[in-house]
Amino acid sequence: MKKVMVGNHAVSWGVKLARAEVIAAYPITPQTQIVEELAEMTADGRLAARFIKVESEHSAMAACIGAAATGVRAFTATSSQGLLLMHELLHWAGLGRLPIVMADINRAVAPGWSIWTDQNDTLAQRDTGWVQLYCETNQEVLDTTVQGFKLAETVDLPVMIVLDAFFLSHTSEPVDVPDQAEVDAFLPRREARLKLDVHDPHAFGALTTPAVYMELRLRQQEAFDRAREAFAAVDREWAERFGRGYGALESYRTEDAEIVLVTSGTITSTTRHVVNERRARGERIGLVKVKMFRPFPTGPLRDALSHVPAVAVLDRNISPGHGGIFAEEIRAALYDLPPGRRPRIDGYVVGLGGRDVTPAVIEDCLERTRRSQAEAAAAAANGGAEREIAREDIWVGVKP
Amino acid sequence: MSQHLIKDLIPREELLDSGHLACPGCGAALAMRMVLKGLGENTIVALPACCWSIIAGPWPQSSLHVPLYHTAFETGASVASGIKAALVARGDTETTVMAWAGDGGTFDIGLQALSGAAERNEDFIYCCYDNEAYMNTGIQRSSATPWGAWTTTTPAAHPEAHPKKDILSILAAHGIPYAATATIAHPDDLIAKIRKAKGIRGTRFIHILAPCPPGWKAGDDETIALARMAVKARVFPLLEVEAGQRWRITLDPPREPVGPYLRKQGRFRHLSDADIAQIQELVDRRWETLERRVRDGG
Ligand SMILES: Cc1ncc(C[n+]2csc(CCOP(=O)(O)OP(=O)(O)O)c2C)c(N)n1
Ligand code: SF4
Ligand SMILES: [Mg+2]
Repeated sequence: MKKVMVGNHAVSWGVKLARAEVIAAYPITPQTQIVEELAEMTADGRLAARFIKVESEHSAMAACIGAAATGVRAFTATSSQGLLLMHELLHWAGLGRLPIVMADINRAVAPGWSIWTDQNDTLAQRDTGWVQLYCETNQEVLDTTVQGFKLAETVDLPVMIVLDAFFLSHTSEPVDVPDQAEVDAFLPRREARLKLDVHDPHAFGALTTPAVYMELRLRQQEAFDRAREAFAAVDREWAERFGRGYGALESYRTEDAEIVLVTSGTITSTTRHVVNERRARGERIGLVKVKMFRPFPTGPLRDALSHVPAVAVLDRNISPGHGGIFAEEIRAALYDLPPGRRPRIDGYVVGLGGRDVTPAVIEDCLERTRRSQAEAAAAAANGGAEREIAREDIWVGVKP
Repeated sequence: MSQHLIKDLIPREELLDSGHLACPGCGAALAMRMVLKGLGENTIVALPACCWSIIAGPWPQSSLHVPLYHTAFETGASVASGIKAALVARGDTETTVMAWAGDGGTFDIGLQALSGAAERNEDFIYCCYDNEAYMNTGIQRSSATPWGAWTTTTPAAHPEAHPKKDILSILAAHGIPYAATATIAHPDDLIAKIRKAKGIRGTRFIHILAPCPPGWKAGDDETIALARMAVKARVFPLLEVEAGQRWRITLDPPREPVGPYLRKQGRFRHLSDADIAQIQELVDRRWETLERRVRDGG
């Protein structure tokens, strides 16, 4: 069934199809529509879930933790300040290995107050032990939400579904809503291996001495390693059943490319447009979209980007004192490729606090990389020093 | 009280500019205007997320003529504690520090910080302007939302199922020197309370009913009438409590039934006569408790 819906409602429909059993959430712009729609769905019986209208996001995540530890499917949604307030509990869910699914609408962080998009809220949660999946379209949002539950429950890790404020959250697109029975076949009711159960009592999260803590962390790390393959399997099964798959990474027109732009979120769609225009003019430009940020798709990125002469990473985020976070991580992932297969990587910081990333901004990044690439090639031809890899990221579309 | 006396009572000084960004008929804007008249310019405001984060204006503007610190939603009372401590650390014991928060920022997410500050008897005034829901994010329930009300998270088919949290009693139970209720429809009462609070040291809590036309689904020319009716119907009694013990009703107009007050607001449109009778009962019961407290103390 096709429906026209905003990204927020694509999340709500995904949650409904996944038959979440406990929802605990708190309003925050631009996420609130998710909660409002789920409140309606649970009130009128379309979704048989308990809805806890908590008094803060901290309590929203804590309530999801209690529910997931009791073996049911739990969901919440938030954004920006709300996600930041959850931080302690994100670690709790992560290291507690609870398969909670949460949608976060990427919104810039205060002060000053901003409700517009950038990725600093979710990227600040990088090390909390959550899988992170970034979406480009509302269809992808709905699909990834349902997939997220399956992935979470397969590897016992919480999963964060990430979408851009307004560009997705409040933008209407046609979305194919899968049939409930087919989703039920894809995602049966959650059966937890361990849970709070009076017939099988266990204590969770007790004092963990130095003799065992590292192993706890190692198990978590192994789960993240498994999550790569598990996501691929979930995505494959989804594609077989519903005809759509996304991959941890998507290479778009990268064959023979001289420059590949790397993006995540909705900047990807604008970049596709730029790539298509350039290709029409015979320029060898390609795109790699990063959907999965944790676990980091190191292998697929190396496959996609080795042999590409130059890469331009567009970061809608900033790690103050360092640079764009995707660029940082991609450089680290590719650093030990042999020289000759290691692309030159330029990082661009764009679109913070919801500033538009127009085709002109993307072209600006592209031209800068083309120039720096030409300079590096000329220097190499003159027997110059080996090109540098780690350089300062450039802020594009910003007033000095 | 005659027109003339009210005029004399309310300072002419305006510390809120008319170019602020509130909706027409906003009770929250009026509340700030009156409170600042009572406090004067030697005041610093700590402002957690709420409609007022918008009303105050975007950078580089401010609609207030006093210093204003925008802060995270759950932190009004703790940031105010820090501001006060800093002033005192540098020898300023005179400047009034005011935390200004909505009902969500007070009853819900900010309650831990507020309770902590009240228990320490931090020396500031905490004003909660209460519009009975999260208005800034588009009308979701808070624990200040009254029983039976529609919000976007309590749809008309399943309206708010819990009575409004009794925040004044909670604050009074901390034994703070001064706690009071007020409304924007009774500026003389409001400003008298603000002035009284200003002259006291320690945590002072003022709970101000501030109707919100879009959130209450009422006309933007009905804000003041609604606040006045809320007092007459005893839905929102005008009170003060000293040291958590001495309860006093500061204004007790002739009693009116709750029906007309509720019927004036779209958020209660779905209520049946039986529902309204139930609300009347709730209001009557709370009033009895109140009278007992006034008689017997805390
Ligand atoms: C930690 C956090 N969660 C959620 C929000 C979103 N938010 C901003 S204002 C607001 C509602 C405020 O309600 P209230 O305190 O009653 O003030 P009102 O908007 O009604 O004036 C919410 C939920 C936020 N800014 N920070
Ligand atoms: S929504 Fe209500 S409280 Fe907020 S500015 Fe408008 S009238 Fe005032
Ligand atoms: Mg409110």
